[in-house]
Amino acid sequence: MAEIKVDVKGETCPVPLVETRKALRKASKGDIVEVIGTHPPSKEEIPMAVKALGMELMDVQQEGGVWRIKIRR
Amino acid sequence: MTDKTTIILHSGDMDKLSSALIIANGALSMGMEASIYFTFWGLERLKKGGLEKGPLSRMNMLGIGRWMVKRRMKKANMVSLERLLQDFKELGGKIIACEMTMEIMGVKPEDLRQDLIDDYGAVGTYIQEARESKITLFI
Repeated sequence: MAEIKVDVKGETCPVPLVETRKALRKASKGDIVEVIGTHPPSKEEIPMAVKALGMELMDVQQEGGVWRIKIRR
Repeated sequence: MTDKTTIILHSGDMDKLSSALIIANGALSMGMEASIYFTFWGLERLKKGGLEKGPLSRMNMLGIGRWMVKRRMKKANMVSLERLLQDFKELGGKIIACEMTMEIMGVKPEDLRQDLIDDYGAVGTYIQEARESKITLFI
């Protein structure tokens, strides 16, 4: 099982969402994708996408202006 | 069956093309299929070297407004239309070029970026796809 990191700090709509999807498409079942970003709406929208895709949202954390979202494919 | 988003891009305006691509990429990212039908002025943007050439839909002011908005987009770190289009294709988005527009405007297939176009179609193709779509927009 691989752990894939996606850094979208400083990126704005729709890049965090798109890069998350790209990484999830490339990942194998069971892989963990961690997305790190700063665009506030994406912190809410990436979990929505994860739910729509039927994947597992493992963790959402916020530290200052930076959020981290962990997803299991 | 996967949910679908179908967009008609009738406008060739830079800001409207940008909205169409952002919506389509959002749909693809959230697990939907997406296709964009480039028709009328929208088809101009599929011409070789035409993607970034669109005017602003309002307050273009002979290009001054467009220049200002572009500058602000850059400052806000918004990605380019080319990047949005490449992401759209990478996530499996489909591009359909309107054949009637090509005939009216005298556009030949070789004038267009054929590597991006998945299909050439008319209204029937759109209706067939739109009737199975959860979201359909005319931009």
